[in-house]
Amino acid sequence: MQPKRDDTQGPNGLNNFSATPSVKVDVEKRSCEVSSLSEQEACLQVENMNFYYGDVKALNNINITIPERKVTAFIGPSGCGKSTLIRIFNRMNDLIDGTRLEGSVRLRGTEIYDPDLNVADLRRRVGMVFQKPNPFPKSIYENVAYGLRIQGINNRATLNATVEKALKGAALWEEAKDRLHENALSLSGGQQQRLVIARAIAIEPEVLLLDEPASALDPISTLKIEELIYELKSKYTIVIVTHNMQQAARVSDYTAFMYLGDLIEYDDTKKLFSTPSIKQTEDYITGRYG
Amino acid sequence: MSLMANRRPHWRTSGTPWVWLTAGTVAFSLILVLGVLGMVGYQGIIHFWPSSVVQISLKGNQGTALGEVAGSENVSVARLRDQGVQTPEGMSQVERLLLKTGNRKIYGFDFKWFNETDYDDLSLPPDVAVIEREEWGNFYGFLVGLKFDGQILKGERGQLELKLSEMMARRYEIKEKILRVEKSEMGALNYQMDKIRLERRKLELDQVPGSDPRFADLDFRVSELEEQYIVLGESLRELNQMIDRDSIEMITTQGEPVILDVKDLVRVYFPNNMNIFQKFAHYFAKLWEFITDDPREANTEGGIFPAIFGTVAMVLLMAVLVTPFGVVAAIYLNEYAAQGALTKIIRIAVNNLAGVPSVVYGVFGLGFFVYFLGGTIDSLFFEANAPAPVFGTPGLMWSSLTLALLTVPVVIVSTEEGLTRIPRSIREGSLALGATKAETLWRTVLPMATPAMMTGLILAVARAAGEVAPLMMVGVVKLAPALPVDGNFPFIHLDRKFMHMGFHIYDVGFQSPNVEAARPLVYATSFLLIILIISLNMTAIKIRNSLREKYNATET
Repeated sequence: MQPKRDDTQGPNGLNNFSATPSVKVDVEKRSCEVSSLSEQEACLQVENMNFYYGDVKALNNINITIPERKVTAFIGPSGCGKSTLIRIFNRMNDLIDGTRLEGSVRLRGTEIYDPDLNVADLRRRVGMVFQKPNPFPKSIYENVAYGLRIQGINNRATLNATVEKALKGAALWEEAKDRLHENALSLSGGQQQRLVIARAIAIEPEVLLLDEPASALDPISTLKIEELIYELKSKYTIVIVTHNMQQAARVSDYTAFMYLGDLIEYDDTKKLFSTPSIKQTEDYITGRYG
Repeated sequence: MSLMANRRPHWRTSGTPWVWLTAGTVAFSLILVLGVLGMVGYQGIIHFWPSSVVQISLKGNQGTALGEVAGSENVSVARLRDQGVQTPEGMSQVERLLLKTGNRKIYGFDFKWFNETDYDDLSLPPDVAVIEREEWGNFYGFLVGLKFDGQILKGERGQLELKLSEMMARRYEIKEKILRVEKSEMGALNYQMDKIRLERRKLELDQVPGSDPRFADLDFRVSELEEQYIVLGESLRELNQMIDRDSIEMITTQGEPVILDVKDLVRVYFPNNMNIFQKFAHYFAKLWEFITDDPREANTEGGIFPAIFGTVAMVLLMAVLVTPFGVVAAIYLNEYAAQGALTKIIRIAVNNLAGVPSVVYGVFGLGFFVYFLGGTIDSLFFEANAPAPVFGTPGLMWSSLTLALLTVPVVIVSTEEGLTRIPRSIREGSLALGATKAETLWRTVLPMATPAMMTGLILAVARAAGEVAPLMMVGVVKLAPALPVDGNFPFIHLDRKFMHMGFHIYDVGFQSPNVEAARPLVYATSFLLIILIISLNMTAIKIRNSLREKYNATET
């Protein structure tokens, strides 16, 4: 089976990987703690975590530590659970009926799945950008100001300053400054995705989750988003899910390879792509399957 | 040969007949709709045109007959013979003419058929006058004299006409004053008197002793009002005297002299002598009267303003009641209720509710709203009015509520559709920014669903405006004494009965003592009702489209 190599692989990219059970997963060999990571400050910590959709186990005994102010990428074939995992960090999976989590997920020491936790507060601290740009049918300005207005901030001057800062932060200011009050849907797909990033960073989250942020974009827009990720990592902890291994290699500091709900290998990006320690990872990144 | 057959597809597989079938169906529906509009519109519109008055001289020295041609038909001779009418030999068909002869007070009827064989010639006498009256229908005849300020005037028709228009102008002026005194000023006094009567009754019910100063106060107020009443009565008598002085003298085509009081005349015109501009002026004056005036003569003459007003008021009130109710119910069903067997059953029930015959809603409205709810309200708050009911009787409020109940399924269904159509990604985007579910709903989801809510409202209005059957039980009457909105506090009287165009059509068309005269009005009213519903819908559609443009994301 030939791997898909093009940068513009869409969400519907055909991937028959899950239908080839001949590849054997060696669970014992799975190494999740990387020596170089232990020195880093931990932002998100996952311990012995299992996740279920109803009776179906989607994630199997995940242990991972995501460091502060670094870009961590999750790669793996479709259906491997990488999106499910990233949506655990801001409890987006709560929206799906019948999900269940075992184990521990902590954000800077706070248990995320604590039943007493205010989910809205958590989501303020953990921003998220989705695969398809989803601006609200409002003006560009109101899109960026949305999170602030939710928090009750309606002061004109504060809003203006924050909107400008966020749009600059998302590298959209130059294109959008003259049309702030136009409908956000009049922007192009790539601009919309940067607007959504601006919207997320306007409320200054601690973590930014990017769920295949460039998979619906053309190569030039993709490049812009990747440059933006590089800029943003000085301020935010970034977790990115991607289908595209080149992208993971380009933008991330650490990479985790997942397969069928298991975390197979997690290491420094350079090391993982050059000398993977597990055969499965090597097979995947060299395109032998997937 | 087989090669040719392969290259050219068979006409059946090509789909051509299918295209013709579909296009034909559309064309047929279109023709039906245009036919309805055209027929109703034409019949309704021509009614106000001043038609010529013909005079026929009857055979056998039976004199002449005068009237507007209202129709004609061919009848077979055999049928006429069965009715005992003498017909000449050698004819199989006889044309007969329906004349609106008016003068009901003299002849006892307004319309009469004349067989072709019964009259000689047909002429258009130039100086024939048509007189519309307050009662007794139209008068057709010739003007011979006037009595103006007690003076009798006879002479040339031109002079008489000139003087007559002066008299009519004065008559309109005085009549308007009389109406103002009777309706608004005396009406307001009566209204206040009734209020005082209720206050007194309330005091009596509370067993306040008769020596209480409040009774004296009420007595004083009554005496004040009575004084005002006497003053108004005096001025009314003066006005009536003024209007009573004038009269006109006419003769019918049979030569009988008739004196008509000017106060009873609504309009005098000479149709055979009018030029095209005068005819247009007359046409628009009649049309204006139709739209803005009260009905006369058991609804067969005059205007239908109270019915238009009642229809619009009822529909608007219904819209105000049904929208919040339907939208809130849809929000709960779609956003908060756990999706399971119960919600499925509720949805099926809501959908089936839309299929219940409307008259059943009328029965329910009468039993529940009018008798139970209204009766309870009366016994709690309007004890002083007893035994006369206030809300315990059919009225505007209950009509609107009944129709709101009838149309609420439509609003629920289309709002729910709108809510489900909003992409999940938009909701997730809002939640991911730290918004709660309620904040997401208010700030993003509901604004985006407004076009769908408007669609529901449009369907609801379209259905409610055309509904008649349930209204007959819960508030519509043939002739309402007052509009539901007037100058007396609290200005909007939801307890009042009202007139409705749909019911008006039924009443004028089928319950009228003078069906022939009323028929054009049935068409005119129907046409106006169609226009009214279309314009209500157009307004709503315009609002929806502008909302759609604003939130175009939902349409992708």
